[in-house]
Amino acid sequence: MSSTQTLADQAVEPGRPEPRALSRRAVGADAVFVYVSRGLGGLMLAITGGIALFLAWQAVPTLRHYGLHFFTETEWVPEADKVGILAVVTGTVTVALVAMTFAFPLALLTALFISEYAPARVKATMVSAVDLMAAVPSIIYGLWGFFLLQPQAILVARFLHTYFGWLPFFRVDTDMSTPQWEQSRYTASAFVAGLAVAMMVLPQACAVMREVFSQAPSGEREAALALGSTRWGVIRSVVLPFGRGGVIGGTMLGLGRALGETIAVLLIISPAFDLKFRPLEIGTETVSALIAGRFGEASPSQLSALLTAGLVLFLITLVVNMIAAVIVSRGRSGEGTDI
Amino acid sequence: MSAVTAAPPPRGTVLPPVPGGAVGAGSGNASTFVRAWDPTPVPAPRLLARRTTEERVITTGSVVAGFALAWLVCYRLLPWGSPVGYLVVAFLFTLLLVSVATAIVTPGPAVADRVASVVVSAGALTVGLGLVSTIIFTFVRSGPALIHWNMYVQDMALAGPRDQLDIGGVAHAILGTIIQITIASIITVPLAMGTAVFMTEVGGKFARVVRTVVEAMTALPSVVAGLFIYTVAILMVGLPRSGFAASLALTVMMLPIVARAADVVLRVVPSGLREAGLALGSSRWRTVWNVVLPTARPGLATALILGIARGIGETSPVLLTSGANQFFNANPASGVMNSLPLFIFSTVRTGEPLYIQRAFAAAAILLTLVLILFVTARFLARSRGASR
Repeated sequence: MSSTQTLADQAVEPGRPEPRALSRRAVGADAVFVYVSRGLGGLMLAITGGIALFLAWQAVPTLRHYGLHFFTETEWVPEADKVGILAVVTGTVTVALVAMTFAFPLALLTALFISEYAPARVKATMVSAVDLMAAVPSIIYGLWGFFLLQPQAILVARFLHTYFGWLPFFRVDTDMSTPQWEQSRYTASAFVAGLAVAMMVLPQACAVMREVFSQAPSGEREAALALGSTRWGVIRSVVLPFGRGGVIGGTMLGLGRALGETIAVLLIISPAFDLKFRPLEIGTETVSALIAGRFGEASPSQLSALLTAGLVLFLITLVVNMIAAVIVSRGRSGEGTDI
Repeated sequence: MSAVTAAPPPRGTVLPPVPGGAVGAGSGNASTFVRAWDPTPVPAPRLLARRTTEERVITTGSVVAGFALAWLVCYRLLPWGSPVGYLVVAFLFTLLLVSVATAIVTPGPAVADRVASVVVSAGALTVGLGLVSTIIFTFVRSGPALIHWNMYVQDMALAGPRDQLDIGGVAHAILGTIIQITIASIITVPLAMGTAVFMTEVGGKFARVVRTVVEAMTALPSVVAGLFIYTVAILMVGLPRSGFAASLALTVMMLPIVARAADVVLRVVPSGLREAGLALGSSRWRTVWNVVLPTARPGLATALILGIARGIGETSPVLLTSGANQFFNANPASGVMNSLPLFIFSTVRTGEPLYIQRAFAAAAILLTLVLILFVTARFLARSRGASR
């Protein structure tokens, strides 16, 4: 009854200890923790950011020397002082486009199969299998593409050239009337390299898509089913619209990886610095294969040119990845749709 | 607006048709309807869980007929007889047959549904075929070399290009891979984990900058990481081409990948756990060490092991930095040091059939290492379901 003392009265009551001062400043072990982890973060920033700055710094002499010609020149002949990345960037984009032509539909279908069609028992196994695909070393996909796939792929290339050769990008420079068709004109092409790269980037794209599909609100799925929709109807009207961001973002993440792929491409293609978009024909060159092939005999100025090419590749990949990240995060989130 | 928000009638009730749709239950004065006798039996609900016999027959029949027709077209009528062409034509015929057969039995949306399910299954099957063929092909091609015990214990110092497979092996490359990945992991683990803890647990403006840069650097192509170390460590600092330089290149490649994966894992630790720890009076450091990290342990282990699996198979950084030798070298600080991916790449490029055999043996061993790492990661992730 009589204990109507307020907190303020308690505080000023004599004989009680003063309340300790509250502060956000870390003391003791906490301070050590905060400073050590901040130091590690700073070190990480210095290393990773240092690479980007170093690349940019190394690119200065090359860009100053060649100017805009660096971006419009197709040849890479350092001896003749002709160095440009137009052809290699075109080759990089060609290989990546071929890879995405195959990787995108296959990743989408696999993601749909895992999230919508697969029985619950095998779902976890299939997810693991896709993750395992991502972990298989790229050199092994290179061997697979070179020894197993190439003999089959040139037959497909020949077929496409025979029946769709009137399309400019299916053209191959070879004599069509010879009784024995020239197989070597179809090997070591951007098409074969792109197929091997597709195997590499597919699991990553598939994982992103599957993740988004599995988050599609079950209330809307059930609503579609209750309205009499078929399984395909659910996919078309609920899953795909909901997962659009994930589909685009996953594809672009795969594209970013495809642009930077080195060793499988280096193993398969035969280098050629032509400005062309004929993926079925022998010979192409990508930025990463150029770096891996030319670094050994490079003089300091050529090394600077290679580093500049690397910087351009890095910037392209970075932009693609950033767009992908924005699209994935901006996709409609599942929050609030399920009551 | 007639308020027709009545609760659904109990099972089995058959409401008589009410003119005007005015059901009394909504308006408050509950009126009872006498159930009218309806002699028509309620049909048994059809099973939705599994496929009907008709669907199964149509799908199986179309697949069989499609493959048979494709054989006729590809190998008897037109000069398209190649395995890939055959599969594509068979797929198209199957699609056609499924849509026609379904349209005859149940026209309408069912056709699109069946066609879609065939297309989706075929896509998943193709991907599975790709993965299985990659693994089986690697092991089958390496079979003749893998049965020789010397492949696992000898180096290539005594084996020339013409020597048979019972001389020489890839043990030096295995040793090199293990040394390089160990050094790279020793540098990567504390740095990447510390950065991840900093980004999630300490936070602040600086942490956001670090996170942005780390995420951006995951886009760094591995060959550029190799070129960076080649330029800085070998040409500028004057480090020899060695296992250590290769480890540095692998580290530069793995750091952002592992840091980002660990960051994602730490971010999904429920903040309620963190707050509970702090509310019980433990310090921030104690909370991180005793609550956050143990909760995220399986996820962190998975992130780390998948990063290592990525690093172990990456060829381009080591191609630029380590140099390939043919003999044992256990000293990472001096002398060139071979590794499995580099051995595969350099021996395949020679074009010698016996060397290619050895390259496949190295590929099978590398694939086995990756498989072991992968299974370990899965096992750790599953042993405690806390992180998912």
